[in-house]
Amino acid sequence: MIVAERKTIPEIVDILKGHKNILVLGCGTCVTVCLAGGEREVSIMASALRIASRAQNLGFKVSELTIERQCDNIFIEQAAEAIEKADAVLSLGCGAGVQAIAERFAKKPVYAGLNTKFLGILEERGTWTEKCAQCGECVLAEYGGICPVTRCAKHLLNGPCGGSREDRCEVNPDRACAWQLIYKRLKDIGQLDRLEKISAPKKWGTSLSGGPRVIVREDHRI
Amino acid sequence: MNSNNKEITVVAFCCLYCAYAAADLAGSMRIQYPANVRIVRTPCTGRLEVEFFLKAFESGADGVLVAGCEEGSCHFKEGNLVAKRRVNYARKYLQESGLEPERLRMVNVSSAMARQLTDHIKDMVETVRKLGPSPLNKAKRRQQQEIKS
Repeated sequence: MIVAERKTIPEIVDILKGHKNILVLGCGTCVTVCLAGGEREVSIMASALRIASRAQNLGFKVSELTIERQCDNIFIEQAAEAIEKADAVLSLGCGAGVQAIAERFAKKPVYAGLNTKFLGILEERGTWTEKCAQCGECVLAEYGGICPVTRCAKHLLNGPCGGSREDRCEVNPDRACAWQLIYKRLKDIGQLDRLEKISAPKKWGTSLSGGPRVIVREDHRI
Repeated sequence: MNSNNKEITVVAFCCLYCAYAAADLAGSMRIQYPANVRIVRTPCTGRLEVEFFLKAFESGADGVLVAGCEEGSCHFKEGNLVAKRRVNYARKYLQESGLEPERLRMVNVSSAMARQLTDHIKDMVETVRKLGPSPLNKAKRRQQQEIKS
């Protein structure tokens, strides 16, 4: 799941200054689950913007709408009328959602109301943690299902670094040492021999360093 | 709300199992509390969402008081603890939006604590009075005056 966090009201007010009719547009998928941009958060954000507008005399007229998915044209269509009516859209979708809306409505200012943070999971109620760095070439099979690229602060493929204390990372003692977890997990599943293999330097060309990535499935193209 | 320019209005969300009963008891005991307060009965303070508080301010409240059961005594086990966290979160929003976070407060009472509840109400009304009417209402009043003139 994509995990995001809201921007502060002063930041958003600064972004929206000069616009009058503002549509706060939520997304019913990942950002709903991470409590950043679903229907409820849209309602809270819209309320806060109305309060800010009246308190600071900004002249905002705020409307609200949440669609199932902002990154999909079929669902974006459902918001077309509301978007056309607005002077600007404050999207509470992830970075992909904001761009999908902006591409579909070329002449409409579309702004991000969230900071898209990472790909992660709900660790416990109210806590999300990063699990995947989307490096483009998954190495999880080699490391017992624990990603050293994401969860080791030094991204070591041939760890551990030797700096961990107990099972804590030396970079941030609040985090578990990924290599401790990898060792324990491989031991539990009887695959410690995997650690005897030296991993070659990773091909980072598959990551974002080569610009935006594209996947084409010929079998699904029309 | 706020037909009288000099007065302020405090919305009090009162839990049915404690504060609402305490307010009722205050009535039976003939304990006076400021008429500025508008009591809203809620099944539990845990039912209250962040947007409820913000909507109250949007609708013209100058202050919002959330009165729930004492910690550890919630009829639904932890509704009041959930409400406490939500109140704190809403206060952040208020501050960011340009309202004083002191305009929103949570207190804990039992159904027998009529005196304490009325003290909390008096204290809240006094706090809001010191802060003055909500800037939202000031702007509204200014608009109304402009229309009149």
